[in-house]
Formats: sequence, structure tokens, C-alpha cells
Amino acid sequence: MAVVSQDNRGLRLAVRYLVLALVAIVFMFPLVFMIISSLKPTQQLLSDTASMRAFLPVGDISLDNYFAAFARAPVELFVFNSILITVITVSASIFLCSLAAFSFVYLNWRGSGLVLSIALATLIIPFETIAIPLLLFVSRLPWIGMNGIEIGWLNTYHVQIIPWIADALTIFLFVQYFKDLPGELVEAARAEGASWWQIYRKVVMPLSGPVLATAAILKSLKMYNEQYLWPLIVVQDEAHRPIMVGLGYFFQLDVAWGEVMAYLSVITVPVLVFYLVLQRAFIASIASTGVKG
Amino acid sequence: MASKLTTSNAAGWAFALPGFGLICLFIVVPFFLAFALSLTNQRLISPNPTEYVGFANYKSLLSLAVITLEPERDEAGEIVRAEDGTLVYPRVRTITRNPDFPEYRGMREWFRWHSGDNARVVVAADVVFMKALVNTLTFALVIAPGQGGLALLLALLINQRLRGINIFRTIYFMPVVVSIVVVSLLWRFIYDGNDGLLNNILSSLTFGLFEPIDWLGRTDTALGSIIAMSIWQAVGFHMVIWLAGLQTISPTLYEVAQIEGASKWQTFRYVTWPGLRNTAVLVLIVITMQAFALFAQIDVMTNGGPLDSTQTLVFQAVERGYGKQDISGGSTISVVLFLIVLTISLIQRYLTRERS
Repeated sequence: MAVVSQDNRGLRLAVRYLVLALVAIVFMFPLVFMIISSLKPTQQLLSDTASMRAFLPVGDISLDNYFAAFARAPVELFVFNSILITVITVSASIFLCSLAAFSFVYLNWRGSGLVLSIALATLIIPFETIAIPLLLFVSRLPWIGMNGIEIGWLNTYHVQIIPWIADALTIFLFVQYFKDLPGELVEAARAEGASWWQIYRKVVMPLSGPVLATAAILKSLKMYNEQYLWPLIVVQDEAHRPIMVGLGYFFQLDVAWGEVMAYLSVITVPVLVFYLVLQRAFIASIASTGVKG
Repeated sequence: MASKLTTSNAAGWAFALPGFGLICLFIVVPFFLAFALSLTNQRLISPNPTEYVGFANYKSLLSLAVITLEPERDEAGEIVRAEDGTLVYPRVRTITRNPDFPEYRGMREWFRWHSGDNARVVVAADVVFMKALVNTLTFALVIAPGQGGLALLLALLINQRLRGINIFRTIYFMPVVVSIVVVSLLWRFIYDGNDGLLNNILSSLTFGLFEPIDWLGRTDTALGSIIAMSIWQAVGFHMVIWLAGLQTISPTLYEVAQIEGASKWQTFRYVTWPGLRNTAVLVLIVITMQAFALFAQIDVMTNGGPLDSTQTLVFQAVERGYGKQDISGGSTISVVLFLIVLTISLIQRYLTRERS
């Protein structure tokens, strides 16, 4: 009897792992294919799709596609643009949204409840429903540039940064986190005569590591990965184009798939590495948007 | 943090204003602007002044009518039949271009069905918009339960106590950190009709019996292919949310269920699922809202084709507002889109409300 159930348990365990592994293959194969293909000449890449060779680094392996991709398009410029836009937006977002959340949670000002409700109500507005009126709006906004006052924000960095800084989700994350912090610390600091700015800077923010990581990860993914529709309609010049829109370069006349895979790998692999190194923080940040919601 | 310390109006405003001001300027203002612009003939760049046009944009978007066509008859009053025996009807344009029927002017046939000898033809002022509306609703209706349910299955799968389970969790979540634009391009290659990976995989699994399909090039498979790919990309996100919900359920409840001798299904039905109610609401609403925003996949993979079978509301809004510089037309679609999102969120909230 005991032997049979032992065997059973071993078999069931094997089945469990088999199911887990099959599902893992489904999630992995396109990404493996992308990276492997980026190392093959387009001709071989196409013929290899007929067999398992599609997923193996065999045949004529080189970095030629990468050189060709950088020669075809200013890839380094697009990467620079995306990183610049991401870094500035994420930093500004964390600063301004945490400051606002601090105000909503700790400073008892008249109307703060109403203002917070209005801010959070914007969660229900998908960006896609305001993109078109926002396009008209930013095309008429003034800006003080090198040549004095200019009208219109199109084809700039700031049109890709400023509208994205403040968002309801980031404010919400900070509000939730601040509410759970022990309020006595703030009260004590206040009693000792600290200013609100000092309390924000010296008491609350140093305790906010987890929520800072969450907000930074979510916002970075949004700015680096998901900026497509907006730059597509507000940026026509090459100088300010981000990575996702830069893809258009590879689809003229006949598509060199090897170069496409190289470009996709260049913009994706760094994020994947970041994720694999910080995967606990990534997953915790997604989870935290759910539990308290 | 319950006690608020002192009233501090000036500091409060000063701290909240930068963030709140930006939200007002770049979310609230354009939101109301969408409503206002939808009542005008605003264009992105135009020499003519903008005029108020009332609900004309909505009318030219949403107008629908049913026309009944009687079959053609010969002099004797007999019904005319074509060579293959089917009935012959007058062309729809004899009515939509007929000055006697001004209410149908400019409308085009959307679809038709037969009742008796008559044909009933649904004509729409904007057939492409109607197709986009139906596609978007289909996409949302399939993907909300499909992706939400699959994500729950994955969460249950990954919630087992097994050595190395974290590795699998890490892999399942991986597509979430890859841009949907990148994913769409990759899958364009996978779905290709000639050298596509999917056709080759299916063909080798069935020992060559499977006939290659041009997945994105056929009206009956294009939208389904985009749905499958979208689920593949995003399901890990909701798996993690379900997982977080699962871990809030007290282990003692599971112990009690085990002592009571509950089956696996009973445990899920009476312990797990009730504990996931709030998570379910959140997952459904988030997926639905994302579904209505469907754009990048379409823009990268199909451009709305073939034959408008993957047109979506956002794609139409962008094509008009940006492509044709028709800001008012794009804004009108945006308003319609927002009202649908709002209605569906309210319905979902109502259906999944706490029953007291």
C-alpha cells in the first residue's frame, strides 16, 4: 500500500511539473525566438522557422543584424530619447505625486477630501479617450524656448513628459502607503517644531522605500514600454522620436526581419534583465496595485 | 494614520497644487474639451473659424435605419429570380440616393437579413464606425472573462507549494514587461501565412495535416488572433493580482475545509472564490478598461483590416482626429468610447456588489 501511494505521489509531482513546464514554454517561445533570430541572416531566419532550428543558435550566427540596424536608423538616438523621457517623467512624477499624497493624508486643509476625490476619479478616464482633444490642446499651448515665446508643443521632449507626470494611480499608491505609516512620528516631529517640508523630506520619505520602488517600476514601464499612441501623434521629427515609434524605420518596402529582431532585442533585453534582477520588486509592485484597490 | 494634526490650508494647497494642477490641465481639461469639441466642427489646422454644430457629429456617427426591400417583380407581378434561383432586390443606393427619402441620405449598407420574400437592410451613416464598435465590444466581451479566468487558473497553478515554483512565476510574468508594440511585431511574424511559426508548429504537431492559415489576413481569424496574443502578453499581470488576493485568504479557513472533508472543488467554491470577490471586481474592471483602449496591436499588425474586421474605436478616433485632422470627429468617438467604458464599469460594479 505504502509503496503504491509513494509511486502515485511521485507521478503526480511529475505531472505537475510537466504542466508547469508546458505553460512556461508557451510564455517563453516568442522571446527566445526573437533573441535567437536577431543573430541570424534574414534568409536563414525565414527558412529556420520550419523546424526546431528556429529556437536554436545554429548556422550563420553573428551580430551583423545589430550593426545593420544601427546603420539603418539612429537607434542610439531613439534609445537616448526614451531613457531621457522616462527618467525625467518618473522622477518628477514621484516627487509631485508623493508631495500631493502627503498633503492629502497629513495636512488637514479645507477641501482636501474633495480635491483627492477629483484626482482619483480621473482613474476612470482612459488616456485613449482624451488623446485627440489633448492633441489640439498641446498644439495651442505656449512655451518659452530659446527664441522667446513659441506657440505649440508638437515635436518636443516636453510634450512627451509634462502631460504624463501627474497621474491618479501614483497618488493613490502614496496615499495608501502614507495612511499605514505610524502617525505618531509625524506628530512628534511637528511638536518639535519641524516644518511640513522637513517632515516630508526627513521623516516620511525615508520610510517610503517600498512605495517608491513600486511607483518607479510601474511608471518606468509605462513611459518606456507603452509610449506609442501619444508620440505617434505629437512627434513627427526624428530628433525627439522614442523607441517604440522608431520601429517604423524597419518597415519600408521589404522588411529585413533579422534587423527587426535585432532592434526588438536592443529595446527589450535591458528591460528583461532589469526584471530578472529585480523580479521580486516587480511582482510586488503589481500586486500592490490590486490588494488595496 | 487617523488623526489629522492641524488645519494648514496654505501648506496643504502648496503641496497638492503642482500634482493636482497637472492632472487638471492634462486630464480634466481635455476630458471636458472632448465633450465640447464633439459639438463643433473643429479641425487641427483650419483657416475657417470653428462653429457650433450641435449633435451633427453624433448623428453622422450613430444614425442607423432599417430599410425593407421588396424583391423585383416583372410586368405581370411575378417575382424575378436570378439564374441561380435567388431573389433580385433593388440596390440600396436607389433609396439612400433618392431625394424622396432625405432621412437615408449618405447612409450605406451595414448588413442584411431576409424575412419572407423581403430583405431587411440595416443602413448606417458610418459603417466603419459601427464595425469598430462591434469589434471593440467583441474584444472586451471575450477578453475580460477569458483573460481574467486564465489568469486565475495560472494563479492557482503557481500557488502550489513546490520547489522552484518561483522560477515558473517569473517566466509566466515575463511578457508583461515586454512592450505591447514589440509583442505585436513579434506575433506578426508568428502569425505569418507563409513562414509563420504558428503554422509550422501546428503543421508539425499534426504531422503535416494542418493547412497553413494567413491568421491576420482573413476576416474570420484576424480579431481572434489579436485577442489570443493580447491575452498572452497581459495574463501574467492579472495572475499576480489574483495571487495577491489568494494570499489574503486565511489558511485556517483551508484547514477547516480539510477537516470538514470538503472536496477540492468545494474548497474553491466556498472558501477561495468568496475570498476573491474584491479581486474579481478589480481584475474585470481593469481588463475591460484596457480592452476598450485597444490600439497598438491594431496599428502594428493589421491597420484595421482586412475589410475593417479589426477596426476599433480608438483606431478610428486616431484615424480621424490625427490622420484626417478632424478633431471634432475624433473627439465624438472618444466621448462615445468614454460613455461605454463608464457604463460597463458601473454595471460590473453593480453586478459584483457586496450582497448584504
